Amino acid sequence: MKIAVCIKRVPDSETRVKIAADGKTIDEAGVKFVMNPYDEFALEEALRRKEKAGTGEVVVVCLGPAAAQETIRTALSWGADRGVLLQADRIPADPFQTAHVIAAELKGTAWDLVLFGRMAIDDYSHQVGPLVAELLGLPCVTAVSHLDIEGTKGVAEREIEGGIEVVNFSLPAVLTTDKSLNEPRLPALKGIMAAKKKPLEVKPVQAGTGTLEIVALMPPPERKEGKIVGEGAGAVGELVRLLREEAKVL
Amino acid sequence: MTTLAVLEQRDGVLRKISYEVVTAAQRLGGTVEAVVCGVGPVQGADQAGKYGADKIVTLTNPAFARYAPEACAQALAERAKQGGYQTVLFAASATGKDLAPRVAAKLGVAVAADITDVTTDGGDLLVTRPVYAGKALLKVKVASRPAVVSLRPNVFTPVERRKAGAAETVAVNVPAGRVTVREIKTAPAGTLDVAEAQVVISGGRGLKEPANFKVLEELARAFGGQAAVGASRAVVDMGWRPHADQVGQTGKTVSPSLYIAVGISGMIQHLAGMRTSKVIVAINKDKDAPIFKVADYGVVGDLFEIVPKLTEEIRKLHG
Repeated sequence: MKIAVCIKRVPDSETRVKIAADGKTIDEAGVKFVMNPYDEFALEEALRRKEKAGTGEVVVVCLGPAAAQETIRTALSWGADRGVLLQADRIPADPFQTAHVIAAELKGTAWDLVLFGRMAIDDYSHQVGPLVAELLGLPCVTAVSHLDIEGTKGVAEREIEGGIEVVNFSLPAVLTTDKSLNEPRLPALKGIMAAKKKPLEVKPVQAGTGTLEIVALMPPPERKEGKIVGEGAGAVGELVRLLREEAKVL
Repeated sequence: MTTLAVLEQRDGVLRKISYEVVTAAQRLGGTVEAVVCGVGPVQGADQAGKYGADKIVTLTNPAFARYAPEACAQALAERAKQGGYQTVLFAASATGKDLAPRVAAKLGVAVAADITDVTTDGGDLLVTRPVYAGKALLKVKVASRPAVVSLRPNVFTPVERRKAGAAETVAVNVPAGRVTVREIKTAPAGTLDVAEAQVVISGGRGLKEPANFKVLEELARAFGGQAAVGASRAVVDMGWRPHADQVGQTGKTVSPSLYIAVGISGMIQHLAGMRTSKVIVAINKDKDAPIFKVADYGVVGDLFEIVPKLTEEIRKLHG
């Protein structure tokens, strides 16, 4: 199995977002960056597939700044074989441009699987995986929460409103992974040491500007201050009255 | 100016979220053409006119019995190319999130995804997208023609604006594709998705054990089929509830009319996922819990006393 795992470096989910002076990006001072949580499921799945097959290669591909080498090293410490950093100071605001850069890197190699997280927890665009699939002409299943592969035939489950879709697909394919797919491993010290010696290739890239232009990044509107209605079950009557008469939601 | 509003169906019945798409399309002005992929007539599609569609087109193909990602994407992209639309709108539902990027790529553009507001400024489309799970809002100018946009569920409340809604059926010739849905395992009848429910009642660690979620399920039932039960990351990570129910930055972002947080302290990643709810109620034993900072109404105390009482009161209203 030859598997590419496309990962992104994102601010940790507990980050308090502060808008930078340019009014269009976040202030990165003091922000802890991590591997996008949904990409962890992609990486874990790739490693399990390779371990099960007993042969193959897991290659981590990341578009990001020089600091994303650290994110790639984390992936290598889990057990990925090598990493490629497509280095750019800024990730394009237009996901189609991101997809072009990643597809250009993946093109020309006979991957069995190309895996992405189903979305990144920073920009919430949930589309780079399927865009890359279209650019490479590969079948794609998004938000995979369960996966069986037999030869070149795959069966994936994906969550939809009120149910689960069971999807047949053929390999090679692009899949994007959801949380229930697996339980990502914790890095072992041995892996961290080994990661330092694994190949990490850095390739400067130039992404196009595309057609989505950031006008402003703004804080969300403040919620007006709420009130404590009271304590215990005795406050329920008043709560219901407020929900009916003041908030008008009942 | 014409907008193409992409509707959704399941089992030959139009999904309600489709009316939100038509409503948003109507807000852009100009002509609204609604389109749906189906094996034959889609039940409820004629209602799209009620929400402002000037024309309702059903693209038919035997592959459209269930969601056929590749066939639908090809049929819709071809339609979009022929029609010369300025904007193509999708719902950012499970299906829309899968389908919109495929169509966009065929049109050579990106999706302005999961937006909560859309306006026009001269010839430009301006959209607002919550990013970092709603900890910030990104205002984006969409310069592509067409602009491909997906709408966050539950934000664009359907408004009736009766139009003629002329119907047209076009049989399309597209291959079934390499990705096919062979089965849908449905959740028990009456189970609503947290992203689409009008009322979401979420539970956290304060529930103490998985079996206790039944008190929230009873409250949800009291709302008569409009409510879904959600969960915090903590209880999902402990395996008490499925990930499908998780509200927060690594789960779903929800915007129901009423969000009731029960036994949830209010970690920043959870608040991010529910702060766009119209009204927030918090029930927690710790009066200093951060959840009370975003709640419109808070009740401090033992949830096992408060929630059953609330269930009783809601039953009276709906009874």
